[in-house]
Amino acid sequence: MAKKESTFTNMFLTLLIVTVVSSLAASGVYNLTKVPIAEVARMKQQKAIEQVMPPFDTYSMQTVMPASGKDSLLLFKGTTGEETVGVAVNTYSYEGYSGLIKLMVGFTPDGTIHNIVVLEQKETPGLGTKMTTKWKDQFIGKNLKDFNCTVTKDGGQVDAITAATVSSRAFCDAVNRAYETYQSTNTPQNQ
Amino acid sequence: MNQWQNFSKGFFKENAVFVMLLGMCPTLAITNSAINGLGMGLATTFVLVMSNLSISLIKDLIPAKVRIPTFIVVIASFVTVVDLVMAGYAPALHEQLGIFIPLIVVNCVVLGRAEAFASKNTVVSSIIDGAGMGLGFAMALTLLGAVRELLGNLSLFGFKFIEADGILVFILAPGAFIALGFMIALVNRITKKV
Repeated sequence: MAKKESTFTNMFLTLLIVTVVSSLAASGVYNLTKVPIAEVARMKQQKAIEQVMPPFDTYSMQTVMPASGKDSLLLFKGTTGEETVGVAVNTYSYEGYSGLIKLMVGFTPDGTIHNIVVLEQKETPGLGTKMTTKWKDQFIGKNLKDFNCTVTKDGGQVDAITAATVSSRAFCDAVNRAYETYQSTNTPQNQ
Repeated sequence: MNQWQNFSKGFFKENAVFVMLLGMCPTLAITNSAINGLGMGLATTFVLVMSNLSISLIKDLIPAKVRIPTFIVVIASFVTVVDLVMAGYAPALHEQLGIFIPLIVVNCVVLGRAEAFASKNTVVSSIIDGAGMGLGFAMALTLLGAVRELLGNLSLFGFKFIEADGILVFILAPGAFIALGFMIALVNRITKKV
């Protein structure tokens, strides 16, 4: 094997050339895939908004800071003609068993939950991940005005997922945050 | 050693997972379903082939003392490529594999082949070695994923056989160790080592 000698100049030049070529290649691929990646994220959000709200024609976006929590939420107001048919809230909770959980919660104008879609979660497979299944159907049709959205163990009305109380609590936390934020934008003085 | 042996050694004689026990982190972490195992295996195969190819091309130009950093930079570039392409064109799979795609960089199988094979052999042999090792790794991950998915979720490649819960432990981390242990025992039995 006729390797080059390990002199300082040789090592320096080799590493320099290798890193420059690699970075150029990586940035080239980044530029090529930038559009499809953004498209995937947009499609995912679009699909979630459509799933959680009653059928609508157009929607407008609004950024709102929640009363609790450190990040702002995105509100999507769906309208048909002049009439508001519902609001989708992109909400989150950091209380999950493995951190961040992101949900899209849809409300009809009277504050009833229309549907919920899980956008992002890293819960334990087979336990906390059950939040993406029909378990979340128990929230549909509930109005948080007269529905205590905490798990039964904490005195609420939500049946927690077996062996995943922490994940269930986080889910409720996110739903409550969505409701509070939705309410705060819906009061007359803000309109 | 002819090229067929060079290719096939990755499947049985020197299988990364069942025989050499390399790359255990992705093996144990992502094989909770067959499709995840296959996706991870194919991503690793691509990185292996491309890194073996590049490293065997430039092997004579690299001073011995900086060979490992050079290999890592080359491997990391290909992993970035896989990561970005997957995020753009296979978002569902990318979401499932998550953090483990960037972690292919530190997979011992990839660096191991670069150091032990590609830096000492011709370009053609290195490509064949990378393909054999990678596909062997993919096969092992898919088999392990299939076993765990079947026992843990009563489904295969996402197709559900019975509407019921399986044995939960096989989806979780301990199940990975248990299933892998029995599969290694089986492979050893077949190859008449025990």
